[in-house]
Amino acid sequence: MVKKLIKGNYAIAQASINAGCNGYFGYPVTPQSEIGEYMSKKMPEMGLAYINAESEIAAINMVLGACATGAKAMTSSSSMAIALMQETLCYIASDELPVVLISVMRAGPALGYIYPSQGDYNQATIGGGNGDYKIIVLAPSTVQECIDLTYKSFYLSQKYRNPVILLADGLLGQMMEPVELGEYPYPEVPNEDWALTGAKGRAGRAIYSLEPVEDKLNERVEKLFEKYKTIEENEVEFEEYLTEDAELIVSCFGSMTRNVKSAINECRDQGLKVGMLRPISVYPFPTKIISELASKVKKFLVVEMNMGQMLRDVKLAVNGKIPVEFLGKPTGQLIGVEEIIEEIKKQYDAQKDGQSEGALCK
Amino acid sequence: MQVEKEKDLVFKAPKSLKEGVKFPFCPGCDHGVAIRLVAEVLDEFNLREETIAVSSIGCSVMLYDWLDVDIVEAPHGRALAAATGVKRTNKDKFVITYQGDGDFASIGLAESMHAALRGERVTAICINNTTYGMTGGQGGPTTIMGQVTTTSPTGRNEEYYGYPIKIAEQIALCDGTAYSARTSLDSIANIRKTKAAIKKAFEVQRQGLGFGFVEILSTCPTNWRMTPKESHERVRNELFEVYPLGVYKEVTKD
Repeated sequence: MVKKLIKGNYAIAQASINAGCNGYFGYPVTPQSEIGEYMSKKMPEMGLAYINAESEIAAINMVLGACATGAKAMTSSSSMAIALMQETLCYIASDELPVVLISVMRAGPALGYIYPSQGDYNQATIGGGNGDYKIIVLAPSTVQECIDLTYKSFYLSQKYRNPVILLADGLLGQMMEPVELGEYPYPEVPNEDWALTGAKGRAGRAIYSLEPVEDKLNERVEKLFEKYKTIEENEVEFEEYLTEDAELIVSCFGSMTRNVKSAINECRDQGLKVGMLRPISVYPFPTKIISELASKVKKFLVVEMNMGQMLRDVKLAVNGKIPVEFLGKPTGQLIGVEEIIEEIKKQYDAQKDGQSEGALCK
Repeated sequence: MQVEKEKDLVFKAPKSLKEGVKFPFCPGCDHGVAIRLVAEVLDEFNLREETIAVSSIGCSVMLYDWLDVDIVEAPHGRALAAATGVKRTNKDKFVITYQGDGDFASIGLAESMHAALRGERVTAICINNTTYGMTGGQGGPTTIMGQVTTTSPTGRNEEYYGYPIKIAEQIALCDGTAYSARTSLDSIANIRKTKAAIKKAFEVQRQGLGFGFVEILSTCPTNWRMTPKESHERVRNELFEVYPLGVYKEVTKD
């Protein structure tokens, strides 16, 4: 297929259309406004639903309404604006609606600024809604992955009737890369048994989260967690890079992967046995592989553009078997290849403490 | 006496109500009457099988236990945003919301007004009982001046609470609104007028003319600390003056 040079935000928008999105409801916020702009042109051309909503709260509730009817609806937003959507995301999780939310992270807290950031890992994976619920979260590292994982987001949302967040950031949203924008590769998932289509020849159906009867509320949550267990068993996706003989594993997600890989290649050239484990699905988190690696390697180093968010999940997976070190910065500041190399060497040396200094790295 | 044939029935429950429905509302509350009227109009226009309703948070949250149509629950205040999502992706469906005044005009004012401004082809029914009923009678956006509630123990005053919103008038000001009316359920005559208003508000959606809206003045005897009879007297004696009944906007097909 001929490759096309395209900006991350446009790639996500076009991939959503290819995936069959028939309703886009959004509110502008940098650095993802191009998604809504693109949709404002394309959706009306195809006679599909597009609304420049009065707020993010309205936008996500329009998505809730649309998806309740079986529509493939979506919204996109950033950081503090996604904070506004948390209540409805929680309803959507409880209602088991197939919603896709594109999160293009910017620097926080609060208004922060539009710099690239990975500060919303916790917001996406833990969320700000009430009660027990989970949202599938996929983290792309390239514009190509923005496309591939947008497709996967639509599919998984339908397959599990669960909200899915594509966790990108300003760096990916604003960057142009050559990509293959192929067709949506997944099958359509039937929704006739639950979607609200008008009670033709049947009793009325309802989609709601209220459960005044204690046992029924328990049942609902237990059913959700049965589903989450299935998701955790079947949908973990990660990238392993040079882990076979590695003594130190660097773990990162999303756009940070790019510099981490360059740093690892450089360290390998210098003879350091370093590898990378990158969660692509950050929920479900690749706990099992990290736990297995923790029995083989000597140390983990987590690198993120935040003050240590995925760090917690890595530590839980490592479960105290080996040290887990951290390299991060307040959101908005990139972590350069040189800085990562330096940290890898520092951690590698410390690990080799007692052996001849400088023998393993110069 | 056993009624042998359906044609002999002089009064029966609308098909759009769930069979054998028992409303859980307090004695003297008007919600049951309003929901029945909605069901009657759905039947009369033969809309049951193409309706998708949006329920809201408050005493009306369990709308799906009473109306036999497809229903999605919206978070507090967001019914008209959810209804917008339903309608825009299902233009052939008939879409209604059923909300309280706190849901519609306080927490959800932005969603309500913007749905009207966009001229969404949906119909909103708003029950105005001048209080938050489900949470126990707190002051709301429509609590009238001087009204005692659990959060205005000495009565609503300007200094602490400001002024109530006149919903039907505000919605009528929106260019996308095709019909906006305020009615009441305090008497048989007004119940009939309410049904006629609901019909009009359904009709403008069916004809694609714009947003349809009916604000229905209703009782909340429990929280008003009144008997059903006193409550309806209060609607007439106190609310009519602040919230005059009438049609505030009506766009017709020319």
